[in-house]
Amino acid sequence: MSANPVTVLIVDDEPAIRRLFHAGLTRAGYRVVEAATAREAMAALDIDKPEVVLLDLGLPDRDGLELIPLMAGRTAVLVVSARDETAQKIAALDLGADDYVAKPFDSEEVLARIRTALRRRLPEGPAGQQVRVGAVEIDLMARAVRKAGTEVHLTPKEYGFLAELARNPGRVITHAQLLRAVWGPGHDDDVEYLRVAARGVRRKLEDKPSEPILLRNEPGVGYRLTMGD
Amino acid sequence: MNLPDNPLRPDPDALLRAAAREERGRLKVFLGAAPGVGKTYEMLGEGAARRAAGTDVVVGVVETHGRAETAARLRGLEIVPLQRIAYEGHALEEMDIDAVLARRPALVLVDELAHTNAPGSRHDKRWQDVEELLDAGIDVWSTLNVQHLESLNDVVASFTHVRVRETLPDRMLDAADLEVVDIPPDELIERLRQGKVYVPEEAGRALGNFFSKSNLSALRELALRRAAQAVDAQMLEHVRAHAMAGTWAASDRVVVAVSEQRAGMELVRTAKRLADAQRVPWTAVHIETPRTARLDAADNAQLAETLHLAAQLGGQVASVPAESVLAGLSQFAAEARATQLVVGKSSRSRWFELRHGSIVDALVRGRGHGMALYVLPMDTPPPRRRAHDLHLGSWGTMGGYLVSLGLTLAVTLAGALIGSSGTITDLGIIYLVPVMLAATRYGLRTGIVTGLASSLAYNFFFIPPTHTLTIEDPRNIVTVLVLLGVAIFASQLAARVREHALQAQASAARSNAQAGFARLLTAISRPEELAQVLCAEIGRILGGNAVLLMPGDQGLTLHASWPGPAHLEMLDMAAARWAFENDQPAGRGSDTLTASEWLFHPIAAGQTCLGVFGLSRSDARAPVRPDQLPLLLSLLDQGGLALERIALEAQMAELVQVRERDRLRQTLLSSVSHDLRTPLTTMLGSLAELRASEPAQAGLLAQARGAGERLHRFVGNLLDMVRIEAGALHGTTEPVDLAEAVAAVLEDMRAVLSGYTVEAVIPFDTPMVMVDPQLFQHCLLNLLDNAAKHGDPGREITVHAHRTASGIDLDVLDAGPGIPEGEEERIFGTFARIEGSDRKGGSGLGLAIVKGFAQAMGLTVSAANREDAAGARFTLHFDHDHLKEWPEE
Repeated sequence: MSANPVTVLIVDDEPAIRRLFHAGLTRAGYRVVEAATAREAMAALDIDKPEVVLLDLGLPDRDGLELIPLMAGRTAVLVVSARDETAQKIAALDLGADDYVAKPFDSEEVLARIRTALRRRLPEGPAGQQVRVGAVEIDLMARAVRKAGTEVHLTPKEYGFLAELARNPGRVITHAQLLRAVWGPGHDDDVEYLRVAARGVRRKLEDKPSEPILLRNEPGVGYRLTMGD
Repeated sequence: MNLPDNPLRPDPDALLRAAAREERGRLKVFLGAAPGVGKTYEMLGEGAARRAAGTDVVVGVVETHGRAETAARLRGLEIVPLQRIAYEGHALEEMDIDAVLARRPALVLVDELAHTNAPGSRHDKRWQDVEELLDAGIDVWSTLNVQHLESLNDVVASFTHVRVRETLPDRMLDAADLEVVDIPPDELIERLRQGKVYVPEEAGRALGNFFSKSNLSALRELALRRAAQAVDAQMLEHVRAHAMAGTWAASDRVVVAVSEQRAGMELVRTAKRLADAQRVPWTAVHIETPRTARLDAADNAQLAETLHLAAQLGGQVASVPAESVLAGLSQFAAEARATQLVVGKSSRSRWFELRHGSIVDALVRGRGHGMALYVLPMDTPPPRRRAHDLHLGSWGTMGGYLVSLGLTLAVTLAGALIGSSGTITDLGIIYLVPVMLAATRYGLRTGIVTGLASSLAYNFFFIPPTHTLTIEDPRNIVTVLVLLGVAIFASQLAARVREHALQAQASAARSNAQAGFARLLTAISRPEELAQVLCAEIGRILGGNAVLLMPGDQGLTLHASWPGPAHLEMLDMAAARWAFENDQPAGRGSDTLTASEWLFHPIAAGQTCLGVFGLSRSDARAPVRPDQLPLLLSLLDQGGLALERIALEAQMAELVQVRERDRLRQTLLSSVSHDLRTPLTTMLGSLAELRASEPAQAGLLAQARGAGERLHRFVGNLLDMVRIEAGALHGTTEPVDLAEAVAAVLEDMRAVLSGYTVEAVIPFDTPMVMVDPQLFQHCLLNLLDNAAKHGDPGREITVHAHRTASGIDLDVLDAGPGIPEGEEERIFGTFARIEGSDRKGGSGLGLAIVKGFAQAMGLTVSAANREDAAGARFTLHFDHDHLKEWPEE
């Protein structure tokens, strides 16, 4: 990592928050670039080519949400938001953000999210085809799901739901994204389909469905497939 | 961002679905008041969002005008290369419409809708390119400055003194979705000063004038008004078409010709069905020929009813004066660009048709070029052949008889003088003078009387044997008969001429009145003013007293009257109410409650009755002459539309206000929240960093961090409380799996609950609950937090869902000391704490928040001591309305 450190861009108008991230991230071995405004952020994106952006949505010159479509695809975008800004979280994710971190954040938590985001951005290896979470193995090529080596039968929608999460392990996929990917357009509000699919997946794959490990529900936002860390 | 749901706006996804079914693409226009407001910027931003959401978006053409912000937004969007067009040695660039058509995106962004293409392009104007794209089923987003609209071009030029040559037909906007891109004038001027606004050449010359604050304010108002207009036009259209979405083909129209015959109603319904099937507008037209003036009251009423039916069914209504039905209908159909004409054909005798010709045949023979003709048989034969009745006219006036007879006498005297000279033998001809005069000026009866008097006088004085009434020479009998014949013929001719003149006058007056009325109404924006104007104008046009009653809190009340204050008796009010409730006329001259001095007509827009209009006359005559009825109904239809428009405008204004207030409150809350949380976040983060670098101080730092986290929770609770009290909770309801939600909360609270044995008992078949997931999550967090504060560490905390008779209870059970007797209600109050229970700290807000959130979701929450063991039980109750069963597997 030291030879070619990963660059993280911190976009936040609060100097204190930037310093805080800076300290934690530098210690973890990242190269850190800071931006206080949207304008600086867009410049830094071109100049420093960060692999990850930590983006606060409340910027002085522009709504941070507007930056997401411009950044997504070129870099991983982690949105930093307060806990009661669900609508913003959903919008951010729908616009292409990779994940969000709630304020006040835990440095360890932030580092874990960065690692997850980076792992997803690695070129597709065998891991891209087979996703393993605990005893559960999701084979995206063979469209098969195994638990402790035994194949488990899922309904097509259950599989579609799980596969969509498995393609982006650790990342929150919003309700609308899931519904569109599995049920097609026109079902954006049919959250109950997701509940039914999630319940089915849990019943078939979790050791204790009442204490789910595999699927994590983000209330009002979406689902994520829990990663091993 | 999620705005509160706008009840006036249909679900955008539903629209998208509807649009996907249509073959034609949808146009959305970002409308701005002036260059520089950020239309292109906005369009690109939304385009990017759309693309991120999975729509296939490309940029057809976008002018960045060198604005960096706009250029930045282009990044990440696919751009179809422009085509180069050689023109007088220059290479001009235009949108490559063929490339876009070949690329077939779902949505294409095309800047500057009013742009004029370079010479040599396929279409002269960019909007024509856009039409072609829409026709190909591609959605188009475009931008437009309000001064480019054809209908507003003059208005804008009048105050900006800048006339734009590139104009856009208004109809392009009629079927488009509009989004107004709006910034305050001051901000725009500031942007201009910073050089952020590209100024087109024409405007450049008059820069100082154009970008003045007053101009910009006026332009801004125009843009907003135009958008509001488009919205209500579309909404009216929608209602009128009985919830049929889709674009009207602008050039097609069904026209139906109606007369006073009852079968007209059937023609109108047929036309409506025909128009609906093809989604084109339609018009019912009545041709006023001279015959119309002689219709009786029953016929007039039938005609009015037919026209009224057409208006109610959503058709336009027109009354056109013409010499003949054929001429009037042909001309009207041509002017209205009718593509289909519906007429009725009565089963008349062959003899009748031979004499009068058949309108249908004439239309078929080529008067209706390029028009499809629908002919419906009508069973009712034309009732009477009134057209050939004699014009008896009135009995004439005493003065008329005196003048005529005086003239006869004068002629006789003159004849006697001439006769005495003995040269002229046949003096009968001079009697033509009084007869013609009497017949043409005073009508048939006076003419005949004069004719008879003339014959007698001629006979008596001039026909031998003179001074007797006997006629010996048969030639003289002919003279007498001719005189009588002339009287009849001349009077008929004159009567017809008079009738024509009267009719022309009346219809000119009527169309003037209608046009003036319509102009007047469009200018009004306040409901009280409209009510007053309706009364005054209709009263003035029909020459009577007028009142307008509209429903309010106290039922139907008087809103306006003309000329002065009006007093309505009980009976009149009864008639008004009846008219309102039954959507039919009542009072004098109608069929119901005829004892009232007033005639009340309902004013309706579409299917809803908005009020009642009353007319009376001071001279005790019938309030409305039968021949005025169609006029009245047409005025009332216009009035109804205006009332509806104003009501919608008011509703929209109110909505905007409410939303604005709401937005301010939300903004305030989030800024307070941000200001409080940022230092906390910094503090907590710094403590965590310190812990890593100063392991020796770990204990102290952990303590500080614990305190900071408590403070953070407290701030969060305070803000929640403020939200509850400000009524700023905007719940979104979705089905939530209780098992899943409880598991997620327990996971979040692992640290807080670490000393307890926590168990969740949610039976597998527990139905989903319809709640706001966030608010529900916070309810659970606070209940568990409360249990952890008051329960005994090391003992169990249980979350238990079970069905009850009235729904589902979700219990949170602890094994603590329980709730003191009588405190079960009080503990949900703000800052309520149980005596001596502050050992673990706590704001005393947690339960109040639970209650506030639960109420916001329509749930009830209660507290009691457990029956089965020591400890407290907090219950969230979901009634059946909040449940959603799992589908059968």
